[in-house]
Amino acid sequence: MSISTVSGQPASPGRRIRRFMSDYPLVPLIVLLLLLVLVLQTLSPGIVNPRWLGNTVKFAIPLALLAGCQTMVMLTGGIDLSVGTAATMAGFIVATQSVDNPHGVAMAIALIPALVIGFVNGIGVGVFRVHPLIMTLGTSLIGVGCLQVYQRTVISSGTKYPDFLVWLGTGVTWGFPNALVLFIPVAALLIFIQRRTGFGRLLYALGDNERATRLAGVKYWQVILALYMLCSLLAGVVGLLYVGLIKAASLSLAEPLVLPSVAAAVIGGTSIFGGRGGYTGTIVGALILTVLTTLLTILQMPEGARRILFGAIVLLVTAAYLRIIEDR
Amino acid sequence: MTISPLLDATGVAKNYGAVAALRNAALSVLPGEVHALMGANGAGKSTLVKILTGAIPASAGRIEVRGRAHRVRSPADARRAGLVPVYQEPSLIPDLDILSNLRLTRTPVEPFQEWVRELGVPDLDLRETARDVPLAIQRVLDLARALAVEPDILLLDEMTAALPANLAERVLDVVRRQSRSGRSVIFISHRFVEIAALCDRATVLRDGETVGVVDIEAGVEERIVELMLGAKVEKARRAPSAAEDGGAPSRSTRIAVRNLAVGTKLRDVSFDLKNGEVAGVVALEGQGQDELFAALAGSVRPSAGTIEVDGEAVRFAHPVEAIEAGIAYVPGDRSEALAMKQSVRENIALPFSAAFRNWGPISRRTEGVKVQSAIERLQIDTRAQREVQRLSGGNQQKVTIARWIAADARTILCFDPTRGIDVGTKQEIYRLLRQLAQQGKSILYYTSELEEVGLVCDRAIVIFGGKVVDILPVEIADEPALTRAAYGLPRDAKAGVHAGAQTGAIAP
Amino acid sequence: MSRFLRNNGWVTGLFALLILLFIATKIIQPSYGQGDFTSLVRAVLPYAFAVAAQTVVVIAGGIDLSVAAMMALTSVTAASMMAGASEEYALFVVPFVLAMGLVLGAINGILIVVSRVPDIVVTLATLFILQGAALLVLDAPGGGAAEWLRGLILGTLPIPGLPESITGWIPNALVLLVVALCTVWIPLRRSRLGLSIYAIGSSDLAAFRSGVPVARTKIIAYALAGLFGAMGGLSLTMSTGIGAPIPGPYLLASVAAVVLGGVALGGGRGGLLGPIVAVFVLRLVRTDLTLLAIDPNVTAIVEGSIMVAVVMFGAYITMRSRSS
Repeated sequence: MSISTVSGQPASPGRRIRRFMSDYPLVPLIVLLLLLVLVLQTLSPGIVNPRWLGNTVKFAIPLALLAGCQTMVMLTGGIDLSVGTAATMAGFIVATQSVDNPHGVAMAIALIPALVIGFVNGIGVGVFRVHPLIMTLGTSLIGVGCLQVYQRTVISSGTKYPDFLVWLGTGVTWGFPNALVLFIPVAALLIFIQRRTGFGRLLYALGDNERATRLAGVKYWQVILALYMLCSLLAGVVGLLYVGLIKAASLSLAEPLVLPSVAAAVIGGTSIFGGRGGYTGTIVGALILTVLTTLLTILQMPEGARRILFGAIVLLVTAAYLRIIEDR
Repeated sequence: MTISPLLDATGVAKNYGAVAALRNAALSVLPGEVHALMGANGAGKSTLVKILTGAIPASAGRIEVRGRAHRVRSPADARRAGLVPVYQEPSLIPDLDILSNLRLTRTPVEPFQEWVRELGVPDLDLRETARDVPLAIQRVLDLARALAVEPDILLLDEMTAALPANLAERVLDVVRRQSRSGRSVIFISHRFVEIAALCDRATVLRDGETVGVVDIEAGVEERIVELMLGAKVEKARRAPSAAEDGGAPSRSTRIAVRNLAVGTKLRDVSFDLKNGEVAGVVALEGQGQDELFAALAGSVRPSAGTIEVDGEAVRFAHPVEAIEAGIAYVPGDRSEALAMKQSVRENIALPFSAAFRNWGPISRRTEGVKVQSAIERLQIDTRAQREVQRLSGGNQQKVTIARWIAADARTILCFDPTRGIDVGTKQEIYRLLRQLAQQGKSILYYTSELEEVGLVCDRAIVIFGGKVVDILPVEIADEPALTRAAYGLPRDAKAGVHAGAQTGAIAP
Repeated sequence: MSRFLRNNGWVTGLFALLILLFIATKIIQPSYGQGDFTSLVRAVLPYAFAVAAQTVVVIAGGIDLSVAAMMALTSVTAASMMAGASEEYALFVVPFVLAMGLVLGAINGILIVVSRVPDIVVTLATLFILQGAALLVLDAPGGGAAEWLRGLILGTLPIPGLPESITGWIPNALVLLVVALCTVWIPLRRSRLGLSIYAIGSSDLAAFRSGVPVARTKIIAYALAGLFGAMGGLSLTMSTGIGAPIPGPYLLASVAAVVLGGVALGGGRGGLLGPIVAVFVLRLVRTDLTLLAIDPNVTAIVEGSIMVAVVMFGAYITMRSRSS
């Protein structure tokens, strides 16, 4: 009776490819990943072995988790630049608090600032409607300031890394990095939240069409507040894991992961405008970035070129994405 | 002897993808003429205006000014061609003062000030920021700015709509004099009184086509109404009365609206919406119907008046409060209600997750049952259900209604839900709304297509200028009657319209 | 007069606040004098240019996240070109770097107009790119600056006939700032181009209907932001004598000062004077906190909190004005 405007038309090959890519974004991503591994193997034969694989996964996990925060926020059309600070604070605080406190207590204390950052972000974005980017940039600067003050008060007490975190961060069991013990449940949880809970559904809907969610009875600030707190909490957990991996608490511990976390989510097919994407793509995106970093290191590409590449990727992928949706 | 026209547009068309907003419009304006451009909502008036003034490019057609073909690609081009518009919304830059606005458009200041005085604003301060100038004065300034560059053709879009009577009178006066000096005016208005007093000829558009050019003379209103409606006149006359399936006579009041006002658009509206009825709302564009629906849906707060639901006064601060009171809103613009990149299922189930207590895991089975029954009830074509944006317009609209059927809302506010969808789907939506009413639900139904009133509604509430001007029972709410009422014409001349409509159906 | 106050009330209030802060400074530290003021202005200089860049773009209805990265890139470019070069060579370096800022800014604008990706995403991407480019030019702080260039912002301006006690309060850095901003801003403000920039920020539909070339105007606004960014980069090199590839805290500071300076984040409203005064206010608060012997790190927190509060306040105002 009623004819679907699009499916009724014969689709051109270009259209069909675009349609396929937007329906199954994982396929081209995995192809890209395999290609990169192939290039790596060609450039430096023998590098791809089980040990390399374990290492790649080990370093990809903190990035993938942080990119998980980014994915959730980006689904609503936002971005969270304070994840790096939340993670750094958690990592730094756990390292210094473990000296005097039981490790469990130290970890709990370490997660408090992350929650506070998330709360402030949520209020700023959800209630005052500050652009997420500016809001999170601001809280991240304040967070760094607080950490500097904190550093001066604990400067003499030294640092200690809880054994559990070191085991989690660096350990390998039967060839598998122990971090998978944390990563697999968290990733499963994130995917579950995104696909099978009311909250996850609201994230997509908010990013897609905020007006429509309002008409459907959704209160924006509630969702945003919960989102940013969840996101910061997860970032804090990443900080704990990362300090166990690096074993050197510094004031810029997780900062280098922030821009890659945005890039990983974007490469993984999550739209920076919101409403589309998901965590599975992001995981592959994080793997791609980790392999790409190895590749660039082998090619002796300087840090500057790497950043240029990240920026260009974000811009190109966003523009290309815009073309794909405009075309229909 | 024929006078060559100042502006001659022929075969103008505009397509948006597969949708034709304008098919074959023609407009020919003679020197020294005041020419009315008329048409029902969606006939293509505003599209034609946008093309003539360079706001959008035409897909086809030829535009000649003084016999020379003109390619109008930007508002600046139109200006150079001697065609200067005054838009319905003021187009002064709100944050700049008047003087800067004049500089921006290269308008000479001296003539501008003269025109402003002429138009009845004696003490204008050029240093005033446009934002601080009252809306009515802004429109006058827009007009003065246009007059100051001495355009060959002046295009006035609903010029007098927001003006108080004294200013409107001055404006009409100036327009008249403009034509005496050999310049032409294209005049778009919903007010027959003004057109009769001012215009020489009128071009009537219907469904994107020019259907007639008439000389303005006594009694021409009927002919214009007839042209605007076209063959629909006949159809409306054999429309079945929807009241027949009305159900029990003792219907209780569901929503009582008293003296409701929102901002400046909706001024004073009172009516009851009863359980088990479909009440139609009929109005020309911008008469306050948007504000009425927004207020009932909880999107905006009324500035005065009361809304009672089941006898209890309510003040909605957020749409969720209206939803909890069982009032759901289906906007006319589907892109307002749908999360386009999500699936049919997610869109229908969206309200289920809205409340904090429902943020947890979704029970696929219960949700599936509710969604599926709503999908079946509306016969939504779910072949392409991964993303709602891939559905046809009709199916998208069904999804927005299905959402509220799944959520079991007691009252549905439908704002022009059949705009731009195919005939078959329209019929399904009519049937569905009647069924819902039979089950005791209440529906408020704004439509821009007057024939729908006879097909769906039990009565028609007509709004003009932010006020209810008439409430017509469906038996007499045929298109001519509704059109007259919507233009603010009194009901008693109804017989004349009937006669006109009948001859109209035969004559052309 | 009443209109002046109504239109410039915000800026007037800021001036009053600034004067109060100076008085407070004098009370906290009675010896606060010419030398301290000179160093305040020198500290303000890069912030002021960053704010000028942000102001132009925000008035045009956009936002430029790449401003700090632009300053870093132009600064290291200038520093590495001047390192070991002759004094006269700097005469070539300065216009070159300014032109580079102009072009890079224009590229920002072109990317926004052509790709139709929102300003905030495009400039985020160019933030990465410019930062990377800065690291490619210099991977660690280094380079040099011509002596005469550094001298431009040292000391005070001797004006014949005026006693030292007055000219002592006119640091060269302030003169440079005023001259640099005015040569760009005043002609702009008086031109149709300037009006167009306000127009597209105020309402791009109304601007389009008034015959303003919206895309071109937007590109020019970003180009001007690039130019101011390059001035900021040069001022960094002038005051430190080197170039540092890591961007300073200028992005958030510029947004905060723009909001505090009475420029609406939605665009179309405000001027350059307000944000510049706001920069002085923010810097002076920092000075006072330092003078009160508060831990400099606490100062950073207070400063950050003020900025976030200001931005939240600005967003709140915008939200209010939109809903009314």
